[in-house]
Amino acid sequence: MTAALRFDPIRLPEKCEQLRKEVRAFLAEEIAAGTFDPHKPNREDTDAPEFSRRVGAKGWLGMTWPKKYGGQERSFLERYVVTEEMRVANAPTRRFFVADRQSGPVLLKYAPEHIKMDILPRICRGEICFAIGMSEPNSGSDLFAAKTRATRTDGGYLINGTKIWTSSAHIADYMIAIFRTSPPTKENRRHGLTQFLVKMKQPGIKVNPIGQITGQYEFNEVVFTDHFIPDDHVLGEVDGAWKQATSELAYERSGPERFLETYYVLTELVRAVGPNPDTRSAEGIGRLVAQLHTMRRMSVSVAGMLEAGKEPVVEASIVKDIGTVWEQQLPHRVRDLAAFVEETATNRETLERQLDFAIKTAPKLTIQGGTTEVLRGIIARGLGLR
Amino acid sequence: MAESDNIVVETAEKIFADLADPQTINNDKNNSWQAPLWQALSEAGLPLSWVPDDLGGSGASLADGFALMNAAGRFAVAVPLAETMLAGWLLAQAKITSPEGEMTVVPASPKDRIALDADGALSGRARGVPFAKTAKHFAVLAHGKDGVSIALIDAAKARIEAGLNVGYDHSDTVTLDKVQPVAIKPAPKGFEQTHLMLMGGVARSLQIAGALESMLDISVRYSNERVAFEKKISKFQAVQHNLARLAGESAAALAAATSAADAIANARSFNDEIYLEAASAKVRCAEAAEKGGGIAHQVHGAIGFTMEHILHRYSLRALAWRDDFGSESYWAVELGKLVASRGADELWPLVASR
Repeated sequence: MTAALRFDPIRLPEKCEQLRKEVRAFLAEEIAAGTFDPHKPNREDTDAPEFSRRVGAKGWLGMTWPKKYGGQERSFLERYVVTEEMRVANAPTRRFFVADRQSGPVLLKYAPEHIKMDILPRICRGEICFAIGMSEPNSGSDLFAAKTRATRTDGGYLINGTKIWTSSAHIADYMIAIFRTSPPTKENRRHGLTQFLVKMKQPGIKVNPIGQITGQYEFNEVVFTDHFIPDDHVLGEVDGAWKQATSELAYERSGPERFLETYYVLTELVRAVGPNPDTRSAEGIGRLVAQLHTMRRMSVSVAGMLEAGKEPVVEASIVKDIGTVWEQQLPHRVRDLAAFVEETATNRETLERQLDFAIKTAPKLTIQGGTTEVLRGIIARGLGLR
Repeated sequence: MAESDNIVVETAEKIFADLADPQTINNDKNNSWQAPLWQALSEAGLPLSWVPDDLGGSGASLADGFALMNAAGRFAVAVPLAETMLAGWLLAQAKITSPEGEMTVVPASPKDRIALDADGALSGRARGVPFAKTAKHFAVLAHGKDGVSIALIDAAKARIEAGLNVGYDHSDTVTLDKVQPVAIKPAPKGFEQTHLMLMGGVARSLQIAGALESMLDISVRYSNERVAFEKKISKFQAVQHNLARLAGESAAALAAATSAADAIANARSFNDEIYLEAASAKVRCAEAAEKGGGIAHQVHGAIGFTMEHILHRYSLRALAWRDDFGSESYWAVELGKLVASRGADELWPLVASR
């Protein structure tokens, strides 16, 4: 066999189900207290600092990290359960999600000890927000074309240039970014980029919000002008960011957030059609649920492989490819099926409002965090085609 | 499910490799490979994997048997291995001893019903029964006034209108007209025709997933050999992306089918969670058979459209298997009804149940 793709069936252990109950109870309390409305994915302000602290107090941030950094040393499968329950409830996770999923693990691997001791516990307490500085005006999917310069100076680097499409930069306390420390070499065009920890809200950093087609302001342009970064904020090997960038992708690409972003419209469709659907609605819902169930089982399977210490990069890319294409099409399929829903359905207005938002959200889903084209390139490489 | 996970699969794969090599059997116009293959499988006890020792079988676990079906799909095996396994499993539910030789199950569609009359005779018609024409016995699920019974009947007692599915395998109409069974017993309490259909559906899902694995394998290999426009076609991005999608469909089918198999193998009863698993597997694997098989053909071009090439052994069978034990449309409707009846707020708890 050229392609040994594995998706072993994982059964979530009993402790996960106990945790799931705790998360559901917590979210139900938050909803009852008015922290957020699960039926309104399009609320104006998705930043909820107090909620973030309460999630941290529960021990649900940095769950898999060592205890000395504020973590809980729990399993990836337990983290998976927390993530999916938050996502399905439309909880306001913006402030902590990136730090918990991505930035924390990068720091764990590459930051000096005193920085880990300083920052990781604050992530675990839900106090700080992270952004990721990858794309630039002329460098998106082609990560290694990045031009923003980090120039050597006394005790550190001076940063000049622009990052763009940077989610949450307007509220972030820190950013993990790649900057150019050397030109690429003839042999290796990926050479010369270095990963840095950037402290936001400092001189030499200007954040300009960019309006999105949903009407929200989630991403930004971040302009650096002689911004100083000290030496101990270098993460990993100077000029060698390309060696570090790929191994984390399995974490980033296979989670439940890769197929649940528009899930709410399916729930609302089921509510709208009621307990006795006609054949057309039943078939439509049945297919969508079968597809959803399959993706979740694939995603859980990848979480199980991560837990076992494997690096299922190709499997993770497959989950994101199929998952994001599905969540992108979902609002359109639900719209098809909702066309004949009774005028009297009690949640008709909610469903219509949600569909409007989900349809506007859909185009970004196959772009953010690695486009479909990039993912298929990675899968093709895994198949031995490149 | 990878190869060599267990001794049952290892044994089967060795037999398939020796006696059911796709290229060899594709060249064999007289089907002279079938008898030696069946004999080897029988001698290894594989067709009665799911039958306990005391009922004439080899007593393998459900999990091992499911893995065997997946392996059979990887070789697109065109003998009634899965059917005989299902028949043996059905008979074992009622503690009926399995005979030797090929069997199949009646009915093989959720819409067909066999009636048991007061004299203990079986009547009714079942369409699309796989391998009915070549089976020696049928395991029958029948409805009588006292509920569901399971029976073993002699195939010679049935009227069979032979047919072929799109994969060129027998898919026949079986008519029973007051047939007296060889053995008949009441089904266990709570056992329904739906459970047989879910088992059959999972069997077909595993076979489809296996066939897709092989289609991916031979498509990747072909794209790395075939040269067009002065380079291997695997170097064209359009081809790479098609193959990446085929890998996705193959992966989805494998995940859905093995998850359902694992769920059934560890379940105490056929509850809503099992229903979700098994129905989803059939729906998603059938969709993958269409999408994935389509890509495999596109990559192969005209050569894959020939009888000489082995691709059709996988692609057409995968399409044909969609129809058995309830099509994907049927299961989608049933799953949709289940979801609707549970209500909107019970959808996520169902999906997140394991």
